[in-house]
Amino acid sequence: MASLAPSFGRGAMTNSWNDIKNADVVLIMGGNAAEAHPCGFKWVTEAKSTHGAKLIVVDPRFTRSAAVADMYAPLRPGTDIAFLMGVINYLLVNDKIHRDYVKAFTNATYLVREGFKFEDGLFTGYDPARRDYTDRSQWEYQFDDQGMARVDETMTSPNCVMSLLKAHAARYTPEMVERITGTPKDKFLKVCEMLATTANGERSMTCLYALGWTQHTVGAQNIRCMAMIQLLLGNMGVPGGGVNALRGHANVQGITDIGLLSTSTPGYLVLPNERETTLADYLKTRAFKPIRPNQTSFWQNYNKFFVSQQKAFFGAAATAENDFAFDYLPKFGTPFDTMKIIDAMAAGQMNGLICQGLNILLAGPDKQKTQRGLAKLKFLVVADPIETETARFFENHGEFHNVDPKTIQTEVIQLPVSVYVEEDGSFTNSSRVITWHWKAADGPGESRSDIDIMTGIYRRLKAKYAKDGGAFPDPVMNLTWNYSNPASPAADEVLKEINGYVLQDVTDPADPSRVLLRAGQQLPSFAMMTADGKTAGGCWIYTGCYTDGGNMTKRRDASDPTGLGVHGNWGFSWPANRRVLYNRASADADGKPWSERKKYVFWNGTRWTGADVPDYGPTVAPNRAAGPFIMNPEGAGRLYVRGAMREGPFPEHYEPMDAYIANPLHPKVSSSPVARIFAADKDSFGKPDKFPIVATTYRLTEHFHYWTKAVHGNAVMQPELFVEVGERLAKAKGVKNGDWVEISSQRGAIKAKAVVTKRLRPIKVDGKDCDVVGLPIHYGFVGLTKKGYPTNVITPSVGDASVNTPEYKAFLVDVKKTSAPATATV
Amino acid sequence: MATLQSLDIRRRSASTEAPPQIRKGGVEVAKLIDVSKCIGCKACQTACLTWNDLREPVGVTDGVYDNPRDLTPTSWTVMKFAEVETGPDLEWLIRKDGCMHCDDPGCLKACPAPGAIVQYTNGIVDFVSENCIGCGYCVKGCPFNVPRISKLDRKAYKCTLCSDRVAVGQAPACAKACPTQAIYFGSKEDMKVHAEGRIADLKSRGYKNAGLYDPPGVGGTHVMYVLHHADKPMLYSGLPENPRISPLVGVWKGVMKPLSLAAIAFAGAFGFLHYITKGPNEVAESDERKAAELTGGRGA
Repeated sequence: MASLAPSFGRGAMTNSWNDIKNADVVLIMGGNAAEAHPCGFKWVTEAKSTHGAKLIVVDPRFTRSAAVADMYAPLRPGTDIAFLMGVINYLLVNDKIHRDYVKAFTNATYLVREGFKFEDGLFTGYDPARRDYTDRSQWEYQFDDQGMARVDETMTSPNCVMSLLKAHAARYTPEMVERITGTPKDKFLKVCEMLATTANGERSMTCLYALGWTQHTVGAQNIRCMAMIQLLLGNMGVPGGGVNALRGHANVQGITDIGLLSTSTPGYLVLPNERETTLADYLKTRAFKPIRPNQTSFWQNYNKFFVSQQKAFFGAAATAENDFAFDYLPKFGTPFDTMKIIDAMAAGQMNGLICQGLNILLAGPDKQKTQRGLAKLKFLVVADPIETETARFFENHGEFHNVDPKTIQTEVIQLPVSVYVEEDGSFTNSSRVITWHWKAADGPGESRSDIDIMTGIYRRLKAKYAKDGGAFPDPVMNLTWNYSNPASPAADEVLKEINGYVLQDVTDPADPSRVLLRAGQQLPSFAMMTADGKTAGGCWIYTGCYTDGGNMTKRRDASDPTGLGVHGNWGFSWPANRRVLYNRASADADGKPWSERKKYVFWNGTRWTGADVPDYGPTVAPNRAAGPFIMNPEGAGRLYVRGAMREGPFPEHYEPMDAYIANPLHPKVSSSPVARIFAADKDSFGKPDKFPIVATTYRLTEHFHYWTKAVHGNAVMQPELFVEVGERLAKAKGVKNGDWVEISSQRGAIKAKAVVTKRLRPIKVDGKDCDVVGLPIHYGFVGLTKKGYPTNVITPSVGDASVNTPEYKAFLVDVKKTSAPATATV
Repeated sequence: MATLQSLDIRRRSASTEAPPQIRKGGVEVAKLIDVSKCIGCKACQTACLTWNDLREPVGVTDGVYDNPRDLTPTSWTVMKFAEVETGPDLEWLIRKDGCMHCDDPGCLKACPAPGAIVQYTNGIVDFVSENCIGCGYCVKGCPFNVPRISKLDRKAYKCTLCSDRVAVGQAPACAKACPTQAIYFGSKEDMKVHAEGRIADLKSRGYKNAGLYDPPGVGGTHVMYVLHHADKPMLYSGLPENPRISPLVGVWKGVMKPLSLAAIAFAGAFGFLHYITKGPNEVAESDERKAAELTGGRGA
């Protein structure tokens, strides 16, 4: 998400699940769609069987996706950037780019300031003391006196983005790629050739990825590479194209949209920080003026979305006079995401923790650290439908969880929660489609819905504030709570509020006598939101999902008039029911489809039309040359992200924190110079002399995270923790199938049964034989599966610089044969 | 399973005559498993447990992805994973194992219990538990090593091809659950036509020996596979190349059956002739005397 937004403007899967069937080439890398998303994978199967699409899988392990692929290439975990920058180099050197697309729709022509440099692994402006690029001014475009970015249409100037990219990518020769990644050169080149077949308007390539790209210290930049490749190939905004982040949980896109990120409010608006003390200050950096002529720069409407959200939160208490209750919002200094929370707990800085639908003991990156933290709390509330390890962290489970309950004083309160089939509500799937689900049965026993549990907490807090007062009770006392049953708000009412509604009549700015919307109406579109407090809306991107026409997410019309997988009357797809984002790019600069085969959204002479809702001004003529990436002030897709990402404007290969080799590109800056490392963790990284084997963690299709081990059928299908070991390594270590093996890292050691396999292919990295082992993450000490070690005993506690996702996917271990755990099955 | 009133029976075990039917039989059905589309997710396996209400015990991992390792009385289908190197590249061939529903079923032929195994007119071979005597002859009779005898109730179990679902016009639970449509269900003719398209696609991707597995040695099957390497079915965790019913079943039910019947008939005929020619066996006076001596005159 953190790299899609800087590249294209929005942080979400760009195309739809159904649209995958339109692809001619499917690349699965940084994910394992067949295994982790088997239902979505059906569209890959469809593309293959209906028009002979080719499937490529690049993965450290030969996965179940690889089992049905046309082409498989192995690589060392944590080296995706080297591979993908190698692809970019191949496309540029061999002129396999969609030139017209690149010139018209990307920032390849833009000129960058002369001071921008990349030397010895660092971009200009680095401050080693703060481990950050504190001065990003030289990363900016060159602007003229009108504030417009300067461009070079010939793309030959040494300071235009295209030239800078060529120079940056030139180091990633096929030889260098093989040296770093271990991918055999012939296989790498074959993948490049297959991708290059889509550098035209006739064919398209889609890319599917998931946590295999995000869970690295360079996670956001992995995805950035693919965003750039898709822009160079002209595969953005076209059917069967896109960069598609597959979300794991049925509603993980929904929770991200509504409020997962610790420094965002719903709809990806930004929580003010401690330096932004007034609304005017806050909006100043969010004006998003266009930086090229005639551009849409849709974020210019930021203030409308923000004020409407404040009105939804605080109703009549949010007025123009009090900056629409801007002071009610917390102003963050330190972002408190999961990793920071664990760090603060372990440092004894927290009294209590509410874990709602989160098994933090297993999901956090370093189990021992989380355990220390939980033991220091005064109270822990666990709200979950199933028993979790977190709720049982104080129990002794032998080798698998060896703690002394007598030393733990934390009071643990378990609240049983109903599951989604026991309540009404909506899911937002990966492809942004919101669909309603209906309650099928009552929850068991004393279980309650999450809404009811949160409502209970809120109402008790409010009663206490009403009785005792407090330093600043206003935000709690003035929270909008207009539900027919205030003790148990209906999900339907909450969705209505999220969509937004009209508080006072909205009139036409050109003709104030003309009323556009009456007070009390549901908002039909976020385009109708105002910045003067006349409209309210909880999450602007969802506006349109619940209009005066009813709850659009309940729609179940499966028709697909064009056959392109655009089911416009099934649920509601944010934004504005668009199924493929940036779809104006499916037509050329003149608005004509790139090809008859890929005809999707086009200009019919008077307006944009086609299979999908245009992601563009419906009547903005092509000759105005407004770019298809309407959220970006350039209107263009960004090959170069200026200062939008902490790691720099271009991706660069850095070794994982547990580095297998010294980075051949710049040994002095081997690992990410900006990855977030807590002081407490700085000595927790392993070196190859002691831990000479590369390890990665992953998910199995038989299980969903740490939940399904509580389900009989799933427990039967994969009953016990194992470690996958390649045949070469198994032979060297004298390990046979089914033997117990100890896997140790700088952080700790675990035991697992060996699965000796040909599927971990032997590779050579920087001249030496490199062995990789893989561990599924699903096991723990409660549930129906055999008790097993949680794998986060050995994973490193270090976060990506942009989004702080922990590095679960690449670390160093040693492996040796051992005996069975005392309490385990043999 | 019990027999299903809505499905007509073509054959019964240990019964020579086909029962008469008032209906004219339906179309022959088949399940087509497209191995080249299968991702080994085991949704079919779980659906099978759920639909048939089977409680397979939670096992252990012993070095492979196959769980449980093989078919059991409570797991009527399992995924079998084979890592194969046919050329320079690795292939991971994943096959859904289970009853093939042979058109000429060895289990039914071997079964000595009347009506314990039936074949419906649609081709499905079904075990009828209430008639099963647990002798295990079906296991010997099966060329695919499918039936399993339960230690709990001494009855034989295997995939029913969801005869209960098929009887009411539904596809088997596994086909319903398969996310990639690797499992197709329909009339056998339609499945063959569908397979042709899949085989053409595989050939276009370089699998020149792609083909349909519908082995003639058992009269064809009502569960068929699309294989990338139809010339080497053994690659797929030992799928037999040319399955046939064990000759022992042939001897037992073929040559031996008339012979044994003849032997029984001969024994009967001999007894009768003996009676006619020699008359009944009578007790002579000398016999009575000897008996009296032996019992000391106390009489019989």
